[in-house]
Amino acid sequence: MFWEMLKGALVRQSRKMFMVALTIALGVSLTTAMLNVMLDVGDKVNRELKAYGANITVIPRAASVLRDVYGIEASSGKTGQYLQEADVGKLKTIFWANNIVAFSPLLETKATVGSDDITVVGTWFNRPLELPTGEVVETGIKELKSWWTVEGNWINDADIKGAMVGSTLARKLNLQIGDSVEIVLPGGSQREALTVQGIFNSGGAEDDQIFVTLPFVQQGLNLPGKIGKIEVSAITTPENDLARKAAHDPKSLSLKEWETWYCTAYVSSIAYQIEEAVGDSRAKPVRQVAESEGTILQKTQLLMLLITGLSLAGSALGISNLLMANIMERSREFGLLKALGATDRDVLLLTLTEIMTTGLVGGIAGYFLGLGFAQIIGHNVFGTAVAINAMVIPWVIISVILITLVGSLPAMRMLLSLRPAAVLHGR
Amino acid sequence: MSLLELHNVSMIYGSVKALQGIDLTVEKGEWLALMGPSGSGKTTLMNIIGCMDKASTGSIVLDGVDFTDVTAGNLTMLRRDKIGLVFQQFHLIPYLTAVENLMVAQYYHSMPDEQEALIALERVGLKERARHLPSQLSGGEQQRVCIARALINYPMLILADEPTGNLDETNAKIVLEFFQQLHREGHTIIMVTHDPKVAELAERCIVLEHGRIANRKDRRIVCREEEVS
Ligand SMILES: Nc1ncnc2c1ncn2[C@@H]1O[C@H](COP(=O)(O)OP(=O)(O)OP(=O)(O)O)[C@@H](O)[C@H]1O
Ligand SMILES: [Mg+2]
Repeated sequence: MFWEMLKGALVRQSRKMFMVALTIALGVSLTTAMLNVMLDVGDKVNRELKAYGANITVIPRAASVLRDVYGIEASSGKTGQYLQEADVGKLKTIFWANNIVAFSPLLETKATVGSDDITVVGTWFNRPLELPTGEVVETGIKELKSWWTVEGNWINDADIKGAMVGSTLARKLNLQIGDSVEIVLPGGSQREALTVQGIFNSGGAEDDQIFVTLPFVQQGLNLPGKIGKIEVSAITTPENDLARKAAHDPKSLSLKEWETWYCTAYVSSIAYQIEEAVGDSRAKPVRQVAESEGTILQKTQLLMLLITGLSLAGSALGISNLLMANIMERSREFGLLKALGATDRDVLLLTLTEIMTTGLVGGIAGYFLGLGFAQIIGHNVFGTAVAINAMVIPWVIISVILITLVGSLPAMRMLLSLRPAAVLHGR
Repeated sequence: MSLLELHNVSMIYGSVKALQGIDLTVEKGEWLALMGPSGSGKTTLMNIIGCMDKASTGSIVLDGVDFTDVTAGNLTMLRRDKIGLVFQQFHLIPYLTAVENLMVAQYYHSMPDEQEALIALERVGLKERARHLPSQLSGGEQQRVCIARALINYPMLILADEPTGNLDETNAKIVLEFFQQLHREGHTIIMVTHDPKVAELAERCIVLEHGRIANRKDRRIVCREEEVS
């Protein structure tokens, strides 16, 4: 009979229960979307923030000394000190290898086009790199400078005669895609004609430069296998006191502190490990960017958590109103049940089962709705799909139970205080 | 031993004295009509006898059980086991069919038994309407379902608060004939009514006034006066 009553209540007044289910579904869908996005957002936001450039620069030790002592930005050409291109892959062997999302070697030189002095940068564009572990990763400035807008194409690394020209320079030299540009490298001995494959806009100093393949510059300067610096983009943990102390001097740490620091993805510990891996190098955090990345990520997650909490509270409030109205409307019915001998427990059990069944339906619908929302958020905000995380499900279940229980609390209290004598005589 | 004995029962709502010093005895198999002007305390008295409310003071013994001091939970049990209730409004659960409405009463009493519920509906002439929802039944039919429900668990005492108050003459007649039949079968009935003709069907008539039972002499006058008016 319990089930007949439940069925009757649910099926024959499905419109009212549909509203309750809808409210629950909305709350749950927001929770699902927010939690899914939140768990995936670390990666997404970091990929977004990478747009602000590399957060670690690796340069030859000698060049770094010049810079530290004399305050001059030594172009690698002048110091005569270089890193080895062969060492680039070692970046991916450090403890925090998975946090290194993109990197690219660079070799710069001065050159002339016509009567203009320009900077030519040799680099990797999008090169598959086989790691010592046998794994293959693709990296280069296409990954590293993902925010560049490119007219035409990115260069293929095999295309030694290809060039990408910064938008400012292209305007100055009046270059179009497909044009040929003649470059004179230092010494005046070399004269090379390159084809403009793409024109890019970076919003920074690179807009005045020409980017070419690394072998082109290495051959032109007669520096085979040499590079000037590596730009690295890594996902980092926000700095704290320990990280600052370590950044100042890693040797000042106690063994235990050192261990903690080394095993946390601080930008300073990642830089330290890069130095260990790449011979004769100095890895410098570009501190401002690195620090804000971690903080922005934390703030974004906090914001999403707050929105999730608020949406849950909102739907609990909505449910509580709907249920209150529902119970009030049906007070005679419950009064009658009590008059027929139903105890408070019987009546509570019946209504709670009714509400929980509705909550279950709403919750399941809301979960799938939320997965859809997560994808919409992912595509609109981050431009990619959001990974579906099974870890969300228990939280969704808890939130369904919580909002339905909290939402039905006032209605339950009213049910308990319902006196059959009062409602049945219409007072 | 009488079925129901009330001694000095009073009910006070704040400053309103709804009932004052009621003494009443009802024998088994008796049909008692309860009359009196609006606000005189008839419903209040029915609620107390029907274990829906607790009296402020006084003692009540039903079938040898003194429930003056029982808890609310025990009142519910007493009501379930001993009392059948019929109201002026036809209170049925809107989303259950006629037979299901009867089965709810069985469910909270003991065990739902569809066969028995159908027989009960047949007794009130509604066997064909067993699968209909209350909204598909006329007022008279709904009230008959309510009466069938009040009887389904073989109560000791049937309490009807103006059962014909919302019915037209034809339907009222059907319902009253049914009560007469119940009376002949030996059921104990207390019925509130405003209609002297209805009261006349009862064996005994008492009149409430300002929460008190009017004295024997007055009562005769009032009953007769109401009969006349
Ligand atoms: N819950 C309550 N709170 C306050 N006063 C109440 C309450 N219930 C009843 N009363 C008062 O008690 C008195 C008796 O009410 P009761 O409902 O018993 O009258 P009645 O004889 O049934 O009237 P009617 O013929 O109109 O149904 C009235 O004055 C009423 O206002
Ligand atoms: Mg009344």
